Amino acid sequence: MDVIIRNLRIAFPTPQGESLAVRDVSMHIGTEKLGIVGESGSGKSLTARSILRLLPHNARITADELSFDGIDIQRASERQMRAIRGRRAGLIMQDPKYSLNPVMTAGQQIAEAWRAHRPNGARASHREALQAAEDLLAQVQIRDPKRVAGAYPHELSGGMGQRVMIAMMLAPDPEVLIADEPTSALDATVQAEILRLLEDLVSRRGMALILISHDLPLVSHFCDRVAVMYAGRVVEELQAGELARATHPYTRGLLDCLPTLSHQKLRLPVLVRDPAWSA
Amino acid sequence: MTTADMIDIRDLRVRFGTVEAVKGVSFAVARGASFGVVGESGSGKSTVLRALSGLNPAWTGHMEIAGQTLTRQRSRDFYRRVQMVFQDPYGSLHPRQTVDRALSEPLVVHGIGDIEARIVRGLAEVALPPTIRFRYPHQLSGGQRQRVAIARALMAEPEVLLLDEPTSALDVSVQAEVLNLLSDIQARRGLTYVMVSHNLAVVAHLCAMVGVMQGGEMVEMISADDLRAGRTKHPHTTELRTLSTELEEA
Ligand SMILES: Nc1ncnc2c1ncn2[C@@H]1O[C@H](COP(=O)(O)OP(=O)(O)OP(=O)(O)O)[C@@H](O)[C@H]1O
Ligand SMILES: Nc1ncnc2c1ncn2[C@@H]1O[C@H](COP(=O)(O)OP(=O)(O)OP(=O)(O)O)[C@@H](O)[C@H]1O
Ligand SMILES: [Mg+2]
Ligand SMILES: [Mg+2]
Repeated sequence: MDVIIRNLRIAFPTPQGESLAVRDVSMHIGTEKLGIVGESGSGKSLTARSILRLLPHNARITADELSFDGIDIQRASERQMRAIRGRRAGLIMQDPKYSLNPVMTAGQQIAEAWRAHRPNGARASHREALQAAEDLLAQVQIRDPKRVAGAYPHELSGGMGQRVMIAMMLAPDPEVLIADEPTSALDATVQAEILRLLEDLVSRRGMALILISHDLPLVSHFCDRVAVMYAGRVVEELQAGELARATHPYTRGLLDCLPTLSHQKLRLPVLVRDPAWSA
Repeated sequence: MTTADMIDIRDLRVRFGTVEAVKGVSFAVARGASFGVVGESGSGKSTVLRALSGLNPAWTGHMEIAGQTLTRQRSRDFYRRVQMVFQDPYGSLHPRQTVDRALSEPLVVHGIGDIEARIVRGLAEVALPPTIRFRYPHQLSGGQRQRVAIARALMAEPEVLLLDEPTSALDVSVQAEVLNLLSDIQARRGLTYVMVSHNLAVVAHLCAMVGVMQGGEMVEMISADDLRAGRTKHPHTTELRTLSTELEEA
């Protein structure tokens, strides 16, 4: 199971002409944990969403290759894409509350994903599906799965919404999981448990994970490889454990900007962005 | 409560049906100071901010801002003086309003002039390029949306800013810029902050005092210095601190 991206470009029409949001990005993802970090607006979410062909309708996309397990994403039919989305590849979106259906309870949404995509799901009873949903909520460390299953998105805290989204994407047992800032609203204890769960899915079931995150210490601990994006490009790719030894000035600058608990800084250093980085 | 306190909350309780989300929380914040709130997901942090900002009328207890006791009804002036940045930037921004509208609206509502210059400055302060001014929220990246929400909250020159995870959607370079900006504005205008965040390093950077929440209660009140030094008392605080220093130390 491989995802291959070769020379991906994503552009948007603007009154001043085309603006390039992703410029010649290439990535090859196998059964592993790939982290993507980088500048806000550098094209991380767009790159990830292109794999599922879930881009804004006005986006113009070209690539020498964009494939999912040998399927050419650029030429696949809508039916082929539906078979990938949700079932073979899950996307945990950056804004969970916005991505959830506001008029369905959390339990109903997870149950629906479970029924639609599990081999025998369609034949399962309503009660079975709801039970499966509650089990998934417990797996993502929701303390009172019954109550949360019955709650609507606006009745959930930020971190609960994020975990409902994770549960929904794990329900079909995907081969690839794209997680866009999946733990940014979670406290450290819950985050640690969610990462353990994801780790388990990668190592035991051979799932591939693409983790987009601003949390450099987390990515460097958890992932195998990291791609650093800046202004639409991958400017550096390294083994996650080697992040502290990054050489690109943007990556170095990022590491310096981090506030830490151990060393107090009165003022945080900021990046001086060199125009050459995006040239 | 001393006269210097800008915010004083005593025994705040908030209930949703049968769920008591906030079970008697008390804290005070001096004028011009910053108070951090950390703790378990679902422990009631956002609910405290929402009750304080007037978004949730179903509360009991006593809340004061600048010596004035808060009631369920808040004046228009209150909504200028106290601004909130939401955890989910979609909550702060109307999907059919451009960035320009989102930033000019508070100025129009509160009769503040000089709109053009304020918008240009507001965008620059949060490191956003002028090119995004006429875009809609869905045409922005997650971090760009969050910065628009912060710029919007600052537009009407509030005295109290309630920040719910203001930097969790930002890359660390923009996070550093936003944190420095918040410090600068505080030094310049004497703003009072309450900031919720899961990132202990971020909270300790901006806030001298930190409240730790679990299960609807504030289980510990600790200074940033004690937090850094590991002088924690409650097991939840200790656990949160251990996990975040473990990650830092690799
Ligand atoms: N529909 C759209 N129209 C025009 N520009 C867009 C649209 N969607 C995204 N963009 C732009 O494309 C660029 C890349 O966006 P993307 O969401 O991939 O960023 P990101 O790296 O995920 O950033 P963040 O960390 O802030 O979420 C941004 O500059 C954004 O403003
Ligand atoms: N409108 C609502 N209706 C019912 N329950 C609600 C509502 N809003 C919040 N709750 C519940 O109140 C509790 C506290 O939620 P709150 O959003 O304050 O948590 P939080 O500490 O901010 O968590 P997080 O860190 O995950 O954002 C949760 O159990 C949540 O489900
Ligand atoms: Mg993004
Ligand atoms: Mg919250």
